[in-house]
Amino acid sequence: MSLALSVFTIVCVFLGAVFFLAGTLGLLRFPDTLTRLHALTKADNLGLGLVVLGLLPQVDWPLGALKLIAVWLLALLAGATVGQVLGGAVRPPPVSGAGESTP
Amino acid sequence: MSMSLGLVADSFLALLILGLAVWTIAVRGTYAAVVGFVAYGLLVALIWVRLAAVDVALTEAALGSGLMGLLLLRAVACLPPDAPAPASGRVGRVALRVVVGVLCAGLTAVLAAVVLQLPEPAPSLAAAAAQALPTTGLGNPVTGVLIAYRAIDTLLEAVVLVLALIGLWSLAADGAWGGRPGALRTREPGAALVLLAQLLPPVGILVGIHLFWTGANHPGGAFQGGAVLAAMWAIVLVAGLAAAPRVDGRRLRLVLVVGPALFFAIGLAGIWWADAFLGYPADWAKPLILVIEAALTLSIAAALGLLLAGPPASEPGPGGQA
Repeated sequence: MSLALSVFTIVCVFLGAVFFLAGTLGLLRFPDTLTRLHALTKADNLGLGLVVLGLLPQVDWPLGALKLIAVWLLALLAGATVGQVLGGAVRPPPVSGAGESTP
Repeated sequence: MSMSLGLVADSFLALLILGLAVWTIAVRGTYAAVVGFVAYGLLVALIWVRLAAVDVALTEAALGSGLMGLLLLRAVACLPPDAPAPASGRVGRVALRVVVGVLCAGLTAVLAAVVLQLPEPAPSLAAAAAQALPTTGLGNPVTGVLIAYRAIDTLLEAVVLVLALIGLWSLAADGAWGGRPGALRTREPGAALVLLAQLLPPVGILVGIHLFWTGANHPGGAFQGGAVLAAMWAIVLVAGLAAAPRVDGRRLRLVLVVGPALFFAIGLAGIWWADAFLGYPADWAKPLILVIEAALTLSIAAALGLLLAGPPASEPGPGGQA
């Protein structure tokens, strides 16, 4: 049982690391800010999420696990907000008249 | 095996930090240099964690990287974009850089020599600090050093924060004196930023209070807790959910000085209670320390938040008269 949990941890953390690697590659190679943000948020959301998921069987239940999940949720909140703010900063403001009704 | 793995990770971290430090100095843009500095601070915090100095790591991440980074970003925003270096005295500038470089290299060499020549085991006061810790009622030796053994240093640090704020406020224009700080005001905070400023502060305030409270027995304390509280305040200010308070407010100034003042008063009373300035009577050490730390947390949070908020700015409309 503990072997299965260890394998689960290794697989999940490895997959998370793959997402971080892919996100970093995207950050370095993608052509403009919006696509780079896209790559970066994938690393934050899925990469960190998989690492946290993989570490869950290795920590105390429930306090340690709840802390890990809280870290992931806070990173999600911060990452999503920073993505929005940066995206809004680089995107040209909508042309007047066309902007208001279309989301 | 695990030992060598740790060594590999530490070496990688050290090389990364050195590379980032060089990049931060060499990069042309001031904005990029600040971003490099923030990342550098976070990596230094990781090194402190590796050295099992979690208290220092927390302080480095919150104050050294986060707060200093935000202050530097604000300074960059005040500079003209891509300010060119003064053309005159180019030779003098190069000579200055060489002198600074040689001095830094010399300092590094001396420090390295000292560290390499330390006897094994290195001289340490850790055992003596741990032995006397029960008299303070604390479980965290770092807090014991900060608030009992070397309380004078901490008292002066708390006073320095107030002095720094006075220095910042004195940069205000005459007409703006007494008004509200305006440096963190943004023109149009987006909906996402407003949502963050509504969701995060309840969590952050809880974390800040927890850091102060747990500091008695675990890593944490007034400075770390106060920095988190100040960060929450800064988010609310940036998102425009609340205005910064007027700097001539009586209550605001009371909050700013209550920590250092209470610390000083209890320290003075120690002359009678415990035969020493900043001494604590035997049975009252823990509650007195907690009271001091609570007041310090409040004052530090207010001072750091106001440092971030900047000097009072001129505001059109009512409220300008003071």
